[in-house]
Amino acid sequence: MLTGFNNIRRGFEWMDLLVAVFVFALLYAIVHLGEGMNVSFEPSQPPAIDLDPGALPYYAGRSLLRMFIAFAASLLFTFSYGYVAAKSRTAGKFMIPLLDVLQSIPVLGFLSVLITGCMAVFPGSLLGLELASILAIFTGQAWNMTFSFYHSLITVPHDLQEASAVLRLNWWQRLVRLEMPYSMIGLTWNSMMAFGGGWFFLAASEAISVLGDNFRLPGVGSYMATAIADGNMAAIVYSIVTMVLLVVLVDQFFWRPLVVWTQKFKMEMVDSTEQPTSWAHDILQQSKLVAFLNDILVERLAGGFYRSVNRLVEAMAVTSRRGKKVAGILLTAARWGLVVGMVYHAGQYAYAGWQQLSTVDAGQVLAVFRLGALTFGRVTIAIFLAVLWTLPVGVWIGLNPRLARFLQPVVQIAASFPANMLFPFVTVFYLRHSVNFEWGAIPLMMLGTQWYILFNVIAGAIAIPNDLREASRIFNLSLIKRWQKMVLPGIFPYLITGIITASGGAWNASIVSELVSWEGKDLVARGLGSYINAVTTAGDWPSIILGIAVMCVFVVAVNRLVWRPLYALAEEKYRLG
Amino acid sequence: MARALIELRNVFRQYDIRGESDAIVLENINLTVFEDEFLAILGPSGSGKSTLLRIIAGLVPATIGKVYYLGKSITGVNPGVAMVFQSFALFPWLTVRENVMLGLEGKRLKPAEREEKTLKAIDMVGLDGYENAYPKELSGGMRQRVGLGRALVNDPDVLLMDEPFSALDVLTAENLRRDMLELWLEKKITTKSIIMVTHGIEEAVYMADRALVLSSGPARIIEDIKIELPRWRDKNSPEFSDMVDRLYSIMIKKQTQEAKAETTADTSEWSPVPVVSAGALTGFLELLEDNNEKADLYRLAERFVMEIDDFLPIVEAASLLNLARIVEGDIELTPEGARFARATVLERKELFREQLVKYVPFVNKIVKILDAKSNKQMDIDFFKEMLSHHFSPKETDRQMSIIINWGRYAELFDYDDDSERLFIERDED
Repeated sequence: MLTGFNNIRRGFEWMDLLVAVFVFALLYAIVHLGEGMNVSFEPSQPPAIDLDPGALPYYAGRSLLRMFIAFAASLLFTFSYGYVAAKSRTAGKFMIPLLDVLQSIPVLGFLSVLITGCMAVFPGSLLGLELASILAIFTGQAWNMTFSFYHSLITVPHDLQEASAVLRLNWWQRLVRLEMPYSMIGLTWNSMMAFGGGWFFLAASEAISVLGDNFRLPGVGSYMATAIADGNMAAIVYSIVTMVLLVVLVDQFFWRPLVVWTQKFKMEMVDSTEQPTSWAHDILQQSKLVAFLNDILVERLAGGFYRSVNRLVEAMAVTSRRGKKVAGILLTAARWGLVVGMVYHAGQYAYAGWQQLSTVDAGQVLAVFRLGALTFGRVTIAIFLAVLWTLPVGVWIGLNPRLARFLQPVVQIAASFPANMLFPFVTVFYLRHSVNFEWGAIPLMMLGTQWYILFNVIAGAIAIPNDLREASRIFNLSLIKRWQKMVLPGIFPYLITGIITASGGAWNASIVSELVSWEGKDLVARGLGSYINAVTTAGDWPSIILGIAVMCVFVVAVNRLVWRPLYALAEEKYRLG
Repeated sequence: MARALIELRNVFRQYDIRGESDAIVLENINLTVFEDEFLAILGPSGSGKSTLLRIIAGLVPATIGKVYYLGKSITGVNPGVAMVFQSFALFPWLTVRENVMLGLEGKRLKPAEREEKTLKAIDMVGLDGYENAYPKELSGGMRQRVGLGRALVNDPDVLLMDEPFSALDVLTAENLRRDMLELWLEKKITTKSIIMVTHGIEEAVYMADRALVLSSGPARIIEDIKIELPRWRDKNSPEFSDMVDRLYSIMIKKQTQEAKAETTADTSEWSPVPVVSAGALTGFLELLEDNNEKADLYRLAERFVMEIDDFLPIVEAASLLNLARIVEGDIELTPEGARFARATVLERKELFREQLVKYVPFVNKIVKILDAKSNKQMDIDFFKEMLSHHFSPKETDRQMSIIINWGRYAELFDYDDDSERLFIERDED
């Protein structure tokens, strides 16, 4: 069952040669790129970034490696956290709300904290910085994926659960045979979105200044940052082209084949007419070499792994009753130990943080809240403007099936492209025409986040049932009536989902979009984002903590007071079918 | 005397609702299933027959009472059973072979042995040639064969079947029934006993050696009869029809007696209302009136091509509202019923309203409560709360929605989904 591709017996073809070269190149590249991660460095002498376009493939590789390591970490986290949260009712009561809060925390605000922490772990090596960047990407990916997995786990169809129980499958067999396959489609989809969002964090985390030091990790993001500092427009264009290529390549060579492969995990008992396709998947499927590798890697290795764990689980299940009792006591003890340890440490950190915060006077707190209100205003305007244009365009695309088929993947790629890489163009434009940046920061926020809304609106418009569309045509509804009665209610849940994602993204983006620079000239908009950015550079710890705390308060409050109720309403009233 | 395989002693099952466990699903079930016995469990829908099967399987624990397998009390999944599901419960991402092999996953076997047993089971249920097909490539009947193969591959002592044929079309179901019986009667399988939940009386008489009839409400065993007709049974034989008729009238009588008895008793307020829309009831009464005289219930159901599960609640609703009455297995319209059938749409509403207030105390209560309020409206949760003391959460929702359906049809009260309130339209005059 673990087999991915049908084992088609055929001769060795030229395609196999190609695949072989590809696999070899991939292995070598990973080793080569990995070597660079553990280079020693002094904070006073950061590794220089070479603006020669010839260096870009290497930098792109390093960025890509970072992305995939973070993705693997996210997957690992997803499976363990999601599984425990779904299976243990007590743990779930705490873990799910925690995940919800984690999800709404603006990660970029923590970057400085991450970097100093990670550098302390690996002193004198670039590995610390590397780790911080990977962690930043991880925090941008993991929560959504975990939610998806958790949701799948708790919605496994009842009859399949009963069947597994009567078939006496143990927890491991259930996980591999039922729960993982069942969650596969949702998880792939969410991974794809999370990975796309990860590029933004990559670009933002490779080059950052903390405590007055400039850190540059070899990668596309820092290439860009160096180009900006030098005012080298050509290099900026190179890095953008590289970025687009990366996004498209990952989409074509990784996500598309994966999406096609996961179709076999559909619960539907009938084949839908529209099947996703992928040429890369077709090649892989036809390759004899892949079939061979598949046999060795998946069937033997993964199968062997599955069986050994299974034996272990069985052995643990048959241990004597006394053994079980002891194990039970040990497990309970370990559990409580973990809880007490966590509470203790959390308490300690909270106390330390509180001490830092208490050095700040009330006036400053108020001032920071005022800054938060400014950023909140910008986020709101950005979302509003984004909705204003994406709503008609998205509906127009979604209601034209041919257009949608062509444009949907394009929008998806646009959403993946890290918007912060487009900032320099806007910055140069603003500088030339001396635009008021207090307002000018808003379009920067929109650059990255509007795509999520557009994407969801298209999906919503596509999902409007055909009979409703026909009915509205037959009744000859006016344009206004049609929007009022059919389009808006139909896309409402999707729109809200899109806006929630976009608003989270906009808060994150505020940290990089309220303060931009070009050739040493800074443009600053008064707000919480620029505040956090500034105090991070200065290394003012109490202010950093204050800034992040206030941002968390804003985001969580808005989520709870506005988006959550709206989402509940959308789910209950306007969900079609 | 045959050996007892499964034994249930004083089994109760109730839902816990906020500590007050009022909603009893199964009440005092005592049952012994013997070797070489094919047992059918019959009962109206929602009577808890599936719950009973799941208690035997060990999927659902009994609230009180014990289940024994070969004389040993079981906790957790019953080690001697395998199960076939109404929905087939196949894993869509596994092939036929892999699905069947899943039945052996819990056992320690050599790979070759595993393979051999799997192929044997696939052969047995008539699926050879389809080993590598995925469930979505198969027809419904073939899918259920996979479900059967998966259950049999493990050589269970007891095979549990939860309405195994009801998701199939008539011909496919008939075909599968025969094949199933052949496996059983000709001892091609090692299974020692089969327990099948069904709502098809004919199906039970055709296949089983013994039938249990459960009552609705809290389910009790109201009848336990042997079906001792010679095998292969002829559905057209008078003995066969007699048996079907007998079971039919047992089910109908019990139901209507319960309904009658309870309308006069104190607890009547809380006897469940049959889940039938006002529209279906109206249609039924019209058909009865066309029929012009009293009719045999069983024949009537056959003529309307209705499953007993759909048919019984309508009969029950009609007699609850005193629009029809049942006399010795026959049904006839009451004078009110006859008037109703001939009336215009508006007159019908009027009549329905009268009967509803008269015979359904809960509706009467709702109207009184709404009337007493100055704004003539009330939160739906208030009424649900009242129901929830007597029904499971799911049943509470079902009861509430059917009562709203009736109330709307009778124009007694209406419900606003946005504010979640029941209300009476205020007269403007």
